[in-house]
Amino acid sequence: MSQFASQLINLFAAVILMLAFAMLSQRRILSLIHLFTLQGVALVAATAVVGYVTNQPHLYLSAGLTFVLKVVLIPMLLHRIIERLDVRWDVEALINVPTTMLIGIVLVILAFNLALPVSKLSTSIAGGTLGIALACVLLSFTMMIVRSKAVPQVIGFLSMENGLFFAATSATYGMPMVVELGIALDVLVGILILGVFMFQIREQFDSLDIRNLEKLKDT
Amino acid sequence: MSVLGSLSQLLEIVVALLLAPLLVGWVNQWRAWLQNKSAPPLLQPYRVLHKLFNKESVVAHHASSLFRSAPYVVFSCMLLASAIIPTLSTDLPLAPAADAIALVGLFALARVFASLAAMDVGTAFGSMGARREMLIGFLAEPALLMVLFSASLIPRSTSLATIVETLAHRELAIYPSLAFAGVAFTMISLAENARVPVDNPATHLELTMIHEALILEYSGRHLALIEWAASLKLFAYSCLGLALFLPWGIAEAHAPLELVLALPVLVLKLAIGGMLLAALETASAKMRIFRVPEFLGTAFLLAVIGMLVHILLGV
Repeated sequence: MSQFASQLINLFAAVILMLAFAMLSQRRILSLIHLFTLQGVALVAATAVVGYVTNQPHLYLSAGLTFVLKVVLIPMLLHRIIERLDVRWDVEALINVPTTMLIGIVLVILAFNLALPVSKLSTSIAGGTLGIALACVLLSFTMMIVRSKAVPQVIGFLSMENGLFFAATSATYGMPMVVELGIALDVLVGILILGVFMFQIREQFDSLDIRNLEKLKDT
Repeated sequence: MSVLGSLSQLLEIVVALLLAPLLVGWVNQWRAWLQNKSAPPLLQPYRVLHKLFNKESVVAHHASSLFRSAPYVVFSCMLLASAIIPTLSTDLPLAPAADAIALVGLFALARVFASLAAMDVGTAFGSMGARREMLIGFLAEPALLMVLFSASLIPRSTSLATIVETLAHRELAIYPSLAFAGVAFTMISLAENARVPVDNPATHLELTMIHEALILEYSGRHLALIEWAASLKLFAYSCLGLALFLPWGIAEAHAPLELVLALPVLVLKLAIGGMLLAALETASAKMRIFRVPEFLGTAFLLAVIGMLVHILLGV
């Protein structure tokens, strides 16, 4: 049973990593939000499975909170914001997908190598997935760097938080305090984002020079 | 070589030959239904084959013998490919002849001959189609190899029969690496079988054709063989995907009862797979040819990550 659960956690970890890659290569904002929601679902599932296996009610709580925040509330807010800013069908024209993906794979190798000695020390059921969590964080970092528009950057930030949260769950489920802190951080981040969000978008869209960039490219 | 083994091998070849056009008809029917069109009958591909086999084959004046022999080469490659993929049983006398790498080679051989034949007559569309086909081929092949490698890391063997036997008849285990490989394999099979995001099998617009442009010069029995080979390829890819990612129901060696059960299970899996393929094709739009390298590059990277995940998690 415990082996099956650990395999299930590994599977969810793989799904989270795959979604991080999909987000890195996705040009459309709407699809990005859908992918982010799916990543939240995978995260909730992974957290719940860890909680079930280790018998820790704390983790159920944090899974529930993640569900409310990252699957329901934040995607809803994102939908409303892109509706209001009229960027629903926006397509990021400037990213070079093959190069980004190659950078991504180098980061994944780096993260796996970094995490391997750490996860060997870990006795946690999901210790092996620490590398995946680290890779997710790095991939979301890359996404924030290569994107020039506000909403994808915010989504990259949120997805990085997903990776951090997953790292916390997979490496240190034995310490409820950390999980507790993770939840608190979650809420904090949820509120922070909105601030950063509006601010960044306002800033970005006041001087939205994508049209100038397009002109540069065409002529 | 056991009698049962030879029997299952023979059964597999016959099933592949007979079911392949049916699968194409099934997919076409579902695609028409999903697009609110009136569907062609399920047996339409057989009728087309019958019609083409009875027609005279017209060959250009300056076509070389390569042009004439290519359909036979392509057809036999596909037939051999569907014979070595364990569709019904893993006890196949022909399986030791070719492992996963040779399977990719078989597909490559068929592609090279089809492309050479298309360029042989010297029409503009033929050589354009050949170039595009090779573009897709050289990107899809390494990705397919990576997918097969990440599957063969599990039993540490590249023999398809061993892989499927390990996956199907061991205690149930979830392999995260196979999730990556499965997504990559789906993308590759869409590209390799000239399906919608990459190529449109029903197109009549020459400039967007890939597979259709290759076979533009063929007629009569040659065209019939090539069409049949194309449906065999779709069948082989579907069976490969089912064998690697949903291997339950494929019979082991020395299990005649399982062999009897394997056929209905295969038909059921193919029916569901065909429906999903039609849905996928309806939901997606054909992409520009210059987006195809991006698409297949993503498939390659996913397959590589699958291997990395396997190494990291060490399952």
